[in-house]
Amino acid sequence: MAAPSVSTSPHSAIRSTLPAGVRWPDISFRWLALLAAVTILVLIALVGWELYQGSRLAIGHFGPRFLVNSTWNPVTDEYGAWPFIFGTLVSSLIALVIAVPLGVATALYLTELAPVRLRQPVVMIVEMLAAVPSVIFGLWGIFVLIPWLRDHLFVWLKETLGFLPLFRGTIYGVSMLAAGIIVAIMILPIITSVSREILRSVPNLQREAAYALGATHWEVMRIAVLSYARRGLFGAAVLGLGRALGETMAVTMVIGNRPDISASLFAPGYTLASVIANEFTEATTDLYLSSLFELGLVLVAVTIVVNVVAQLMLRSLAGSGTGKVR
Amino acid sequence: MADLSQAKPVVTRPVASAPPMAPRTPAAIAKEPMEVAFDISGFSLWYGANQALFDVGIQIPARAVTAIIGPSGCGKSTFLRALNRMHELTPGTRIAGRLRLFGEDLYAAAVDPAVVRRRVGMVFQKSNPFPTMSIAENVLVGLRLNGVNDRALLRQRLEESLRMAALWDEVKDILGRPGSSLSGGQQQRLCIARALAVQPEVLLMDEPCSALDPLATAKIEELINDLRASFTVIIVTHNMQQAARVSNRTAFFYLGRLVEYDETSTIFMNPSNPQTEAYVAGRFG
Repeated sequence: MAAPSVSTSPHSAIRSTLPAGVRWPDISFRWLALLAAVTILVLIALVGWELYQGSRLAIGHFGPRFLVNSTWNPVTDEYGAWPFIFGTLVSSLIALVIAVPLGVATALYLTELAPVRLRQPVVMIVEMLAAVPSVIFGLWGIFVLIPWLRDHLFVWLKETLGFLPLFRGTIYGVSMLAAGIIVAIMILPIITSVSREILRSVPNLQREAAYALGATHWEVMRIAVLSYARRGLFGAAVLGLGRALGETMAVTMVIGNRPDISASLFAPGYTLASVIANEFTEATTDLYLSSLFELGLVLVAVTIVVNVVAQLMLRSLAGSGTGKVR
Repeated sequence: MADLSQAKPVVTRPVASAPPMAPRTPAAIAKEPMEVAFDISGFSLWYGANQALFDVGIQIPARAVTAIIGPSGCGKSTFLRALNRMHELTPGTRIAGRLRLFGEDLYAAAVDPAVVRRRVGMVFQKSNPFPTMSIAENVLVGLRLNGVNDRALLRQRLEESLRMAALWDEVKDILGRPGSSLSGGQQQRLCIARALAVQPEVLLMDEPCSALDPLATAKIEELINDLRASFTVIIVTHNMQQAARVSNRTAFFYLGRLVEYDETSTIFMNPSNPQTEAYVAGRFG
């Protein structure tokens, strides 16, 4: 409520200059925000620098061969990152292949099909999945998922798809595929909730355009909703991939922790994050420790490269059609 | 051809609050022989508990342009959307009464709304081309939904529809560009071409020029004039000059009721209802 003005001038209520006391929150907020932004940059730089410092010994000793060497042998003090890069990429890829269709389908159901009363409860349950600690997923993986996979799903896969090299070989239970499935469950909430936001942002006018052409529900989703949202959905998948690449605890518990490279998804594997978590406390030699540091550096680099590649793919997705009647 | 003398209104729900003035049926409409596209009687519509349309009865002629005018919130857009069952996308709507297109009950239990919309196309207030599709794909998407894959036919329809929408000369060399790269007026004509490509019997237009500049508006009006020969066009408009320019008949809606429906010249020159007269004279609305 404005106080009655002392002056009789009609313009007196509007200040021509702002007193310093009014301007300082503006100025201090500006500096605080800048400080926060700079802090993040400094933290990233520090992490990168520390990782580099820690891994200098290994970098000097092995050179670029570290990235392609498949031997990881603390006894002979020879270290290579390739099995871990392979394990990280493959387990994340499996997770994406499972989680993206599932997450997008759930989001479609929640935005386009589900009765309004059902939407909020399902959203809450999906988001609760994100609140379950990683180690719990790992325990559940060891005691519930893996026995079931070993005795049922894997056996079935081997019988029906055994002609593919992916589904051959001995079934141990702990495996690349088990890790992929666990990670898929863990990245499902983020993919679902981001996809849901993306689908909700599709203008209703787009849906109506399709309905007005006599499209059915499914056709509306295909021509109006999914095609409009495809860039955003791709972004949701990239976010999920980012999570999958760095996931540590649950993966360590179910992947088998063997630095092997096998075409079979039933074979155990190892990821960059898992080996760091597992072996950091037992790294007895300087070179061993330094190699683990370098694996950390590689993990950061892999994550960045994957994200950059995804950004480039996202850009090419915007390209137009040919106009030819096919 | 519907027989008007047998068109008894079937009111499934008595409307106690019916307007005191029933829409008149002037001699002019009764005597001249016309083919009726929409034969509607006792039509009411509710959004939840709110009634938006009250006991509307109207016969809309085929191969002519019918304008629907009235102040905001009078139910004219709701009425238009009920003609191809687009209102059903809003949950909680309910209708009563009879609505027939060329003698067929569009609300019969066996009729799929998707099929209704293939027969009754629609153009919206804001142009809404599919942004990820090229100009050509935008025009042909409805045909593809209908399973048309014959290339020669698709190419022929593409040119035909764009020519009908008076857009062909402007886009014939850039058919591969995204539909969203066109100007606002061109996008709206692209949407008209998209609606025409499936060869609907009726074209509904919901204030198609309200977001366009006068030049683009003139082009669309010219195009509506040309469509008259082969299509039934029903246009909702806020612009009374536009209604006067493009339509054969005009219906005036007020507070969810059809107040007056007549030849456009009669509505604008010699309306029989004082509310219509006040509205077209610009005294309210």
